[in-house]
Amino acid sequence: MIEVKKLVKRFGLKTILRGLDFHVEPGEFVALLGPNGAGKTTFLRILASLSRPSMGSVKVAGYSLPNDSANVRARLGVVSHMPLLYPDLTAEENLHFYAQMYGLANYQPRITEVLEMIGLEARRKDLVRTFSRGMQQRLAIGRAVLHDPEVVLFDEPYTGLDQDASEMLDEVLRSVAAKGRTVVMTSHDLARAEDLATRFDILSRGVIAASAKREDFKDSNLLDFYKKSLES
Amino acid sequence: MKPSAPSLLKATFAIVQKDLAAELRSRELLSAMLVFSMLVILIFNFALELNIDVRKSVTAGVLWTTFAFAGTLGLNRSMAVEKDRGCMDGLLLAPVDRSAIFFGKAISNLAFMLIVEAIVIPMYAILYNETRIFQPEFLGVLLLGSIGYIAVGTLLSAMSVQTRTRDVLLPILLFPVAVPVLLASVKASGGIITGAPFAEILTPLNLLIVYDIVFIAISFMVFDYVVEE
Repeated sequence: MIEVKKLVKRFGLKTILRGLDFHVEPGEFVALLGPNGAGKTTFLRILASLSRPSMGSVKVAGYSLPNDSANVRARLGVVSHMPLLYPDLTAEENLHFYAQMYGLANYQPRITEVLEMIGLEARRKDLVRTFSRGMQQRLAIGRAVLHDPEVVLFDEPYTGLDQDASEMLDEVLRSVAAKGRTVVMTSHDLARAEDLATRFDILSRGVIAASAKREDFKDSNLLDFYKKSLES
Repeated sequence: MKPSAPSLLKATFAIVQKDLAAELRSRELLSAMLVFSMLVILIFNFALELNIDVRKSVTAGVLWTTFAFAGTLGLNRSMAVEKDRGCMDGLLLAPVDRSAIFFGKAISNLAFMLIVEAIVIPMYAILYNETRIFQPEFLGVLLLGSIGYIAVGTLLSAMSVQTRTRDVLLPILLFPVAVPVLLASVKASGGIITGAPFAEILTPLNLLIVYDIVFIAISFMVFDYVVEE
């Protein structure tokens, strides 16, 4: 579903990604972990077609970036630590707007379905600026899956959430993944990543330094694997 | 439910509709532009000797100064709303031709500028006792000038909004590029107020039309590169 080969990204003289290879099978939930400044957000922005690769090839859902970016964007949902929502519109108006931008036909039942999935049906007519951070993040996920994307990218979705909001977000993430979607999530919350993901890739110094599947952890856990990967 | 790329027209309309609905609720942008415009024409009203000759000669200058600075306020605010909460990324992630984002933002910005002009012009007429600004020719020049100013302003605000000094940077970038449209607008509207012969107004009018076409075409072509990292 995602195929990245020898990806290099430079900003001026600074090289962020140094020949990164990355491969995700359909339906996999990959947690992309790494220290601050490792290039996780840059990598996700390239996958989301928001940034151009300096070198290398990137394919998402069979389409190349940046040449087929419109086709990739139609099959992609993105959730970042910012909600990407308009505070002066209601929850429903925000989804209505994005449904129009994604060219969805007869989208009203889909909006209702998404609002029910994220537990905001009762607040559909409320302005987003009156929502808590947790509610905004749930609505952001609703926005990202509104067009039923094949691939969903989450960039630090737990940033700024309290314990209750994080638990609620866990449920929403599970329901997103349960539909067989391919998910790539960056996070610093190892416990949550371990609970949700099926594969763990460690991004360090611009390359994937290590990769392991959930079943590979027998006597160890994700924290040990993470520490060992960064030390080596 | 599978997405399909909406037409340029549909995506543009969706952005305009969203901007107008959000502004109707918050009134942040319009109130800032209106308060600023009214202050400027009030200050000029106190500062200038308003005999009939002075009125004729200063009207175009006062009005275009007011609209240019108020327009810059609106342009900055309109793009900042998209940038500050990451909504620009939301727009860029949609499978639409990115020119739709330019046209949508430009049409909303133009609508806000025209609303401000529709309120300021009658106020100016009352304060300065100047009724020639209601002539259709004058209003036509106002529209052409506003289109050119907003076209180039929307493009440049998309660039400047990505910097920390966007409030300062936009006027620095915009005014040198907008000089032809501002000069032509002042010349053409001043000529209409003083009752100059049509041949005299024709040159700035032609310049305005050419500027509008050229800058809309340039913005259409380069907007994609401006908003991409």
